[in-house]
Amino acid sequence: MYKKGIYEIVSNEPLTASVYRMVVAGDTQYLTASGQFVNIEVPGKFLRRPISVCDYDERTITLIYKVVGEGTERMAGMKAGERLDILTGLGNGFDTTTCREQALLVGGGVGVPPLYNLARRLLAEGREVTVVLGFNTQEEIFYADEFAALGARVIVATADGSRGVKGFVTDAIRSERPAYDYVYACGPMPMLRALGGAIGDVPGQFSFEERMGCGFGGCMGCTCKTKGGNKRICREGPVLKTDEIIWE
Amino acid sequence: MNAQHKDTERTCDLSVELSGLKLDNPIVPASGTFGFGAEFAEFYDLDILGSFSFKGTTREARFGNPTPRIAECRDGMINAVGLQNPGIEAVISQELPRMARIFHKPVVANISGFSVEDYAYCCERIDKERQVGIIEVNISCPNVKHGGMSFGTVPESAYEVTRAVKAVTTKPVYMKLSPNVTDIVSIAKACEEAGADGLTLINTLLGMRIDVKTRKPVIANTMGGFSGPAIFPVALRMVYQVAKACRIPVMGCGGVATARDVIEMMMAGATAVQTGAINLRNPYASKEIIEALPAEMAKLGITRLRDIIGVA
Repeated sequence: MYKKGIYEIVSNEPLTASVYRMVVAGDTQYLTASGQFVNIEVPGKFLRRPISVCDYDERTITLIYKVVGEGTERMAGMKAGERLDILTGLGNGFDTTTCREQALLVGGGVGVPPLYNLARRLLAEGREVTVVLGFNTQEEIFYADEFAALGARVIVATADGSRGVKGFVTDAIRSERPAYDYVYACGPMPMLRALGGAIGDVPGQFSFEERMGCGFGGCMGCTCKTKGGNKRICREGPVLKTDEIIWE
Repeated sequence: MNAQHKDTERTCDLSVELSGLKLDNPIVPASGTFGFGAEFAEFYDLDILGSFSFKGTTREARFGNPTPRIAECRDGMINAVGLQNPGIEAVISQELPRMARIFHKPVVANISGFSVEDYAYCCERIDKERQVGIIEVNISCPNVKHGGMSFGTVPESAYEVTRAVKAVTTKPVYMKLSPNVTDIVSIAKACEEAGADGLTLINTLLGMRIDVKTRKPVIANTMGGFSGPAIFPVALRMVYQVAKACRIPVMGCGGVATARDVIEMMMAGATAVQTGAINLRNPYASKEIIEALPAEMAKLGITRLRDIIGVA
């Protein structure tokens, strides 16, 4: 169930050179799962900007976004107190009921944020959580300490080796050998594809990204093929079970 | 607002009539921007609408084009969804019953095809459905058997499809015209001569965007249909030209985003007005436009909306 509402910006600050954290206050009752997203109306832009939810509570939503174009650039310039028109409660989100004992959470770059609320939820539900975070360089790292503060084991990989394991998240999993029996992931397509191959038969759920028109299922702009039929990334996704993904 | 305006607002009449079908108001969300209604019914009660035109339906189920299918533009967007739909049988057996639960007025059935036979087959099937008030035939699709040129770009092809569909249907048939033509009036007239009961125009304008970082087209299909407020003046101009040249009613479509746009479109000659891309930006857009119409009419001294059709 989704809803449109007006939200007030509580804070909006940079975490790295291009990644920002925005906290907005308003009705959060339509968010029901980790890994859902919101769609933000940005003044001057025709389409909304879909942003995954990093965390939420009874009255605030934390969003972490990367400045990639004009829309997110405008968002980066917004100040506390400004109001935003936001659709919330979008997408299916991660299902924690099918998780086993030892969860491996793998995030790449701006795919990291939705794993935060998930890690918190899984830990609260008594699972052992290892988080593998992949970035290009040390300067791009964010939220590694926040995950550790939740009580998760954190493994960092950087492509240039400036911190943690040198290489991709799959390299870090190979060298650090975390124990896991269930995998959650969000990140760029090449990362998901490589991870899908690396985890073999271990079950899990991956969150996908696609260019969207509306974000709530009206335009069919983001449909992908799965073993369970056509799915709209915005509605039946963004989270797909690993056994239904068709790697094309 | 003064007292006189308030009074006009109370007594104003939004109703219009399309080929004998009475609509409470002229607002009809356009095909492809409203699915089969379900996603929007979660936001508001669809019965406020005049009607809505459901997702373009073809003989066989279609996945559509590869992604990315969407690109943003200044005050608009490009889509290359490629007529993703579950096929006519599934629409009749599954989508129509679902629509009956969320919308209690006649719907506009949007039909697409890749051959004259496809169009006739689907229209004949959908014609038997009680919920359908108007059949809207999208002739912007490529004529697969004749070199892939769109039916809507050649007067003879538009005529042929209209004749074939009219021969197998009893409900009003509205031909939905492509704006990607040299002379839209000649296409409109061909449809009228072939017996079309009305026309919907315009469909999207062919456009494209390039991602300057990757130096490649944004859309996987390279080109797509440009829609949104940016195209309103083009749509208005074509509605004006066609309404002046034809006697059959026109549903005006293209870039409508406000109640004032609706009034302008009707003054150009539209009997009903379709809302498109704006529904994707603001899911409440069609409802908000309907609710804003009485005040807008009052400001302009309009009491009966149908009185302004084609006054320009």
